[in-house]
Amino acid sequence: MIRLSLSRRAGASAPLAFAAQAAPALGRNSKRMKDFIRSSVFTAALALLAACSPQLRGTGDLGVIVERADGRVTVVESTGSTILSTVSGLGDLSHAALVYSRDERYVFVFGRDGGLTKVDLLTGTIAGRVVQSGNSIGGAISQDGSLVAVANYTPGGIKVFDTASLALVADIPAIAADGKPSKVIGIADLPGRKFIYSLYDAGEIWIADLADPAKPALTKFTGIGRLPYDALVTGDGRWYLAGLFGEDGIALLDLWNPDQGVRRILDHYGKGTEPLPVFKMPHLRGWAAADNEIWLPAIGHHQVLVVDKTSWKEAARVDVAGQPVFVMARPDGRQVWVNFAVPDYDVVQVIDVPSRKVVKTLYPGKAILHMEFTPRGERVWISARDSDKVVVYDTETLEQVAELPAVKPSGIFFSARAHKTGL
Amino acid sequence: MRLGMTLVLIGLGLCASAAAEPSAGRRDQLRDMVAQDCGSCHGMTRKGGLGSPLLPEDLSRLSAEGVVETILEGRPGTPMPPWKSMLSRDDATWIAAYLMGETE
Ligand code: HEC
Repeated sequence: MIRLSLSRRAGASAPLAFAAQAAPALGRNSKRMKDFIRSSVFTAALALLAACSPQLRGTGDLGVIVERADGRVTVVESTGSTILSTVSGLGDLSHAALVYSRDERYVFVFGRDGGLTKVDLLTGTIAGRVVQSGNSIGGAISQDGSLVAVANYTPGGIKVFDTASLALVADIPAIAADGKPSKVIGIADLPGRKFIYSLYDAGEIWIADLADPAKPALTKFTGIGRLPYDALVTGDGRWYLAGLFGEDGIALLDLWNPDQGVRRILDHYGKGTEPLPVFKMPHLRGWAAADNEIWLPAIGHHQVLVVDKTSWKEAARVDVAGQPVFVMARPDGRQVWVNFAVPDYDVVQVIDVPSRKVVKTLYPGKAILHMEFTPRGERVWISARDSDKVVVYDTETLEQVAELPAVKPSGIFFSARAHKTGL
Repeated sequence: MRLGMTLVLIGLGLCASAAAEPSAGRRDQLRDMVAQDCGSCHGMTRKGGLGSPLLPEDLSRLSAEGVVETILEGRPGTPMPPWKSMLSRDDATWIAAYLMGETE
């Protein structure tokens, strides 16, 4: 680290060279010479010190690209679209998901092998790692940043860790009302030290309140519908929506009025049409709220659903190029970007929100897995797994403006997520 | 005469099975597909995810035809989709053998 910054900084070695060359040219016993050397050495020492102290930088424009096959993440910055460092040794990142610490300095990466790794973005090193279970799908960080919860498939349940030490704080198995263990999906943080998640096999929604981490209090909603496959919480922390695979519809919970229970919205949205095969599960977590509407991937239909957030009725549907996987709004809500499941995954479509029309079909590369907007949305980063690159588009001109090499990139996550409930 | 017939039949049989095996290039694609596309539900290392684990010991209770049928037709009512629009029966037969540890 120190050696690196020394060799990179010309300013550090120049005064040293000057002192060495200047000395023989002056008389041997001259006091002036001694003073000169003394002051030169002093200057050189100062320069060295300056070179050794790390360069200061903020974290607001940092991000992470997951290179899943290699168990590695690449740390990037989105101001100049450059790579800062790569960090390896994170295990199996098949379904890489991560959350940011509230100071935007660390990411907590959830690996499929149960690894929970804390990465320091400023130093590009692993700050801590625990292997907590067999098979994790994702996680969430508490509102106060003190706890990170990992959702597991097998054995199904959540484990909660202290974000500073990565010490295990709570272990909550997901044994459903029928007595069977269940996979946990769709975990998100709620205001207070609470986490909400769904039980895939059992069709339940649970809220774990860790106000006292030693005694987690659970609230359970049963019979919410068949096979919830993913879920989201809206940015205000009020609504939890779980997509159902086994039924045509979405389970909705009003977290300001939890005693009203879970209700079904968009029931039978696919009615009358034979569902198409779904070759990859859509993700709800990258959900899009634009205007007073929520834009969601339909399941088994090559459509994006537009839901009115006041009535929770379908407002529109937009036909798209394939089974949507991520449906993400530009931060200003003016555009919605969509990527697709195999075999249509070389395509990205841009929908204009006011007209609800696809305004552009882009071909950024092969096997597009993820998209992430810069914090204010002037650019979007897109990972093209089979092209081994990440492509950056200007969201106004819809033209490519940068490209970064990456080995089989999957998820891209910018630090602005640190300050958003549900991310 | 009868020996000749038998040889021809054996020859035909060999031809048939040789034709059924996907080409080396296609096998590379299929290996990649199993890791990436099947991997999105079953895990890149096939240890399971939303979909069940697909390691040889997990599949040993199934017949090869059963696995081929599951791949081509999916499992209705579950997220396992039918892959017949993207995979031929020969592809699926090779993937089944690959998953069951009978070919590399
Ligand atoms: C969208 C998710 C998804 C994808 C993608 C997917 N599967 Fe599946 N698969 C499942 C689920 C879920 C099951 C369990 C079905 C059940 O409950 O019976 C399953 C079951 C299976 C089984 C039966 C396993 C058993 O023990 O009974 C096989 C074999 C299989 N899948 C092969 C594949 C192959 C090969 C691919 C890729 C070409 C693939 N799957 C892609 C979700 C998926």
